[in-house]
Amino acid sequence: MIEISNLEKSFDGNPVLKGISCTLETGKCNLLLGGSGTGKSVLLSCVVGLMKPDLGSITFDGTVYTNSKVDIRQEIRRKIGMLFQGSALFDSMTVAKNVEFPLQMLTPDMSEEERRDRVEFCLKRVGLENAGNKMPSEISGGMKKRVGIARAIAPNCTYLFCDEPNSGLDPATSIKIDELISEITHEYNITTAIITHDMNSVVGIGDHIIFLHQGKKLWDGNKEEILNAQVPELREFIFSSSLVRAAKRIEQEDGPQGLEHLAAEPLSDL
Amino acid sequence: MFKIFGSFVLFLYNMTTRTERFKVLWKRFFEEATLIGVNSIFIVGIVSAFIGAVTCIQIAYNLTNPLIPKSTIGYMVREMTILELAPTITSIVLAGKVGSAIAGGLGTMRITEQISALEVMGINSTSYLVLPRILAAMLMFPLLVILAMALGILGGYIAGTLSGVMAPQDYIEGIRTDFIPYNVVFALIKAVVFAFLVSGISAYKGYYTEGGALEVGAASTAAVTNSIIAILLADYALAAILL
Repeated sequence: MIEISNLEKSFDGNPVLKGISCTLETGKCNLLLGGSGTGKSVLLSCVVGLMKPDLGSITFDGTVYTNSKVDIRQEIRRKIGMLFQGSALFDSMTVAKNVEFPLQMLTPDMSEEERRDRVEFCLKRVGLENAGNKMPSEISGGMKKRVGIARAIAPNCTYLFCDEPNSGLDPATSIKIDELISEITHEYNITTAIITHDMNSVVGIGDHIIFLHQGKKLWDGNKEEILNAQVPELREFIFSSSLVRAAKRIEQEDGPQGLEHLAAEPLSDL
Repeated sequence: MFKIFGSFVLFLYNMTTRTERFKVLWKRFFEEATLIGVNSIFIVGIVSAFIGAVTCIQIAYNLTNPLIPKSTIGYMVREMTILELAPTITSIVLAGKVGSAIAGGLGTMRITEQISALEVMGINSTSYLVLPRILAAMLMFPLLVILAMALGILGGYIAGTLSGVMAPQDYIEGIRTDFIPYNVVFALIKAVVFAFLVSGISAYKGYYTEGGALEVGAASTAAVTNSIIAILLADYALAAILL
């Protein structure tokens, strides 16, 4: 579990995070939801240690991360896996070498054979067992995200952070990536935080959702609760989605049966 | 100016603290030495051979006094090549080739979040990415300068004898006259200093790139420009101090 307490961060006197307090729960997909420029990426950067907050504290399973000694921060960092928005794969290495890299760097005691087995396992887990010898430039955006996930979980991470895992992907691939992250989170009981503004992710894998607006946390709950939340900014955000608006309209016109009927129809009939 | 210098010093300090394991750095060092050194042999060879040739022809053109022996041309080619042309021109050429590659490579890694990925893994990215580059440059620049010295003097010999401005034995006599071994040591000291400046400045420019592809190009250009200025300033300072 990651506890964030009263976190503040500003750039050139312009506050971006205004005293955010929240908890990222273990074994759940914690979604950081909000529009562009609300501070989601800055919050995540502070949590993973890429930025230093001005005020507040971050605690990883009881160990304070902010302002702690370098050794403690290093130890926590080595339990972190991260999927970047652009995947951030190392261009000069093959897919397999990318996955092997954190093992080489972080677990020097591991034998070459053990490393190879672990790489094979991770690539198989994300459905890319045949792509190990390809270069990152030779694979699709969705495959790059999968490699990014494999690289993140390779050293048995305890905390997984995903920065807009669906950006640049088609809806079908987005859902597959979401499902993969959700499966891995539950399978390994890790703490996962996902930055998103995709409503499909919210209703698909949102075990715990934190809504940010103008640098503040305005709401938190789960995917069952979010559609009935009474926070105006959150409602405005949710119902700006055309699909959600259409679903709401059908529900108003035809009642709940209308939505059930719509969901039961084959996609080709819509 | 002071802020940039302070930031550069901190950058170098971070590079040497919390370094990665020796085995990892050793492997990276050899990868970089190949990229910096072996891949630069051709361009350094071409440039130094032609500069030696042109130097020989131009000295011969200016030495018209019959009282000055022809061997003076060989002597002057050797002195100019060892003291100035080989270390300085080679380093300027390498600032263009190696400096832009270092800045462009690190800049691209920065904007594609590859450096952030290293940091999140708990890896000291400056130690992993920059330290091997600087050390490899400090080893390979002097070796390339030695090659440039030899090829520059050889270029002068070929140009001088083939064009008929002097006899081969005059040139040989000239390059063996009043040889001062310290001049070679001085040239190698210059090469090490220039290597540090080129690799350090280029890595700094690339590492702190912000923005997109346009900024990566700008960082490469700035790296080359700043490296060349630094080489020229250091060249003067070293000549004033060590000669």
